[in-house]
Amino acid sequence: MNAVPPKGVRYVAKNMRLDLRLIAGMIAPRSRVLDIGCGDGALIAHLTREIGCDARGIEIDMAAVADAVAHGLAVMHGDADTDLAHYPDQAFDYVVLSRTLQAVERPREVLRQMLRIGARAVVSFPNFGHWLVRWQLLRTGRMPLTPAWDRPWYETPNIHPCTIRDFFALCRDEGYRIEQWLAADEAGRRAPWRRSVRLANLFGEQALFVLHRTA
Amino acid sequence: MDSRSRHSCLHPATLPGPSGLAYADAMMVVETPPQATHQAVHFADGLVLDCGVRLGRLAVAYRTYGRLNPERSNAVLVCHALTGDQYVAEAHPLTGKPGWWEAVVGPGRPVDTDRFFVISANVLGGCMGSTGPPSPKDEQPESGRILPWGTDFPPVTIRDMVRAQKRLVEQLGIERLFAVLGGSMGGMQVLEWAALYPESVFAAVPIATAAYHTAQNIAFHEVGRQAIFADPDWAGGRYWEQGKVPARGLAVARMTAHITYLSEQALTRKFGRRLRSGPSLTLFDDLFEVESYLRHQGSTFVTRFDANSYLSITRAMDFFDLAAEHGGDIARAFAGSKTRFCVISFSSDWLFPTAQSRAIARALNQAAANVSFVEVESDKGHDAFLLDEPDFHRTLAGFLSGSATLLGLS
Repeated sequence: MNAVPPKGVRYVAKNMRLDLRLIAGMIAPRSRVLDIGCGDGALIAHLTREIGCDARGIEIDMAAVADAVAHGLAVMHGDADTDLAHYPDQAFDYVVLSRTLQAVERPREVLRQMLRIGARAVVSFPNFGHWLVRWQLLRTGRMPLTPAWDRPWYETPNIHPCTIRDFFALCRDEGYRIEQWLAADEAGRRAPWRRSVRLANLFGEQALFVLHRTA
Repeated sequence: MDSRSRHSCLHPATLPGPSGLAYADAMMVVETPPQATHQAVHFADGLVLDCGVRLGRLAVAYRTYGRLNPERSNAVLVCHALTGDQYVAEAHPLTGKPGWWEAVVGPGRPVDTDRFFVISANVLGGCMGSTGPPSPKDEQPESGRILPWGTDFPPVTIRDMVRAQKRLVEQLGIERLFAVLGGSMGGMQVLEWAALYPESVFAAVPIATAAYHTAQNIAFHEVGRQAIFADPDWAGGRYWEQGKVPARGLAVARMTAHITYLSEQALTRKFGRRLRSGPSLTLFDDLFEVESYLRHQGSTFVTRFDANSYLSITRAMDFFDLAAEHGGDIARAFAGSKTRFCVISFSSDWLFPTAQSRAIARALNQAAANVSFVEVESDKGHDAFLLDEPDFHRTLAGFLSGSATLLGLS
């Protein structure tokens, strides 16, 4: 299933988001990857063209899908909540969900599907436990507006916000093994609070987890 | 399916009808079947069909564009729709009109003939030189005129059409096609190619198509067939005996079908309720512009298409059911497939709606195949795949180019 590395690279995501760079760094070369909510395909372009992965994507925004396919990427229009069920068990080495978990209708089910169709799940999400979020809610009594949570409550697509501690708890409840995790700032720079989950939950603007299904 | 005329709706109707039956008679202008010589390969060993009948002789008429590279790895097969043919990117020998996919196939086009060697074959059952109802029957009487198959032509399937194309491709010395693409019935052939010869297809692009014909699809086809049967000139399928063609029936079949190729928005945009002449109330004149457009479509169609071929090919489409061919599961048709797929649909296509393409994409996911799936935003209905749709062309070009890079094609 491994894709042959391309001879001529025509489309390189030069400005790939830093959080995507962090994710790319967690994926082994030449593996099979599904990127859910892949946008214009920057991550799968990188994985396909730089490290020889067989990388595919699902994206709900049709314009982004057309862009990605027009750039030669294997992307399909689809919805994380409904389309993962159509993939066979263990079809991928990694299934990536980048900053999308908080926007799906059934996050727990999506995680289950990810770990059914892939050996590992790579999940990133904005952390609702960040001190600025807590402070704004405490001080003003109104829904916080921060760089990571930048839309008013009535039009945000982020219907399931969670904190880093919430996510640890969910993994425990579902029996997922956490292979790696880290907290980062909004730009995707690694934050140095890896020793304490509580500190990471207070100072990390976003979190990145690599999960493995326990047998 | 195609609208070869490219919606030449503003032309005056060729056949304005004064009244009732007289109008219908006026539509019947063709007295002999269309004739032209077509480039073709003849296979003396024939072909065994899905129905069990062996065709003693098989002719596959085809055209090619561009050049085959020394490695024979840059061949692209274009599969045509119900009323299309092999004249993809050149003037049609009978009508003189531009090729039906010149927007897509040609130098610098999404299917770039400077880069790819494009092959297109007339389908089995067709009437542009491949074996079909107008071809000479296998068994001829001792003396007298050569008899065509007519309605004795055995029923063919989409899979039979693909087997015939495979013979041609092998004859051309090509082991693996870089890509197979086509819209509508052409898309059905693409799916069948990928299912039947997975090792021979590197990339597959089924466009505006479905893995089976729905009851609604079959129903519209049946209206068309009944219109042909109801034409006395059809003569039980033996119209060639009198040197006539069932032009009225075939034209009505075309008119009905043509409505299904367009969207309500497209019809409204192009015609609305505009009148051809003054708003006097008449019963039989073509009062509305949309009427004269359809009459024009019908009357030009009969000059290039054979009625029995129309019956044969619509039946093949109706029979098509990829799931049924694979134990009720489309995914099984593609199990273990290494082919890269790009499934494309159009938002206003109600004949082969996006849901059908999505079902194909999901089945391919189930088979863990490499699939891209795009629904192109368009208000032009099913015919959008034949028309100037920049998003569609961009998507197709990108997919082919990306696939070519993976394969190492220059």
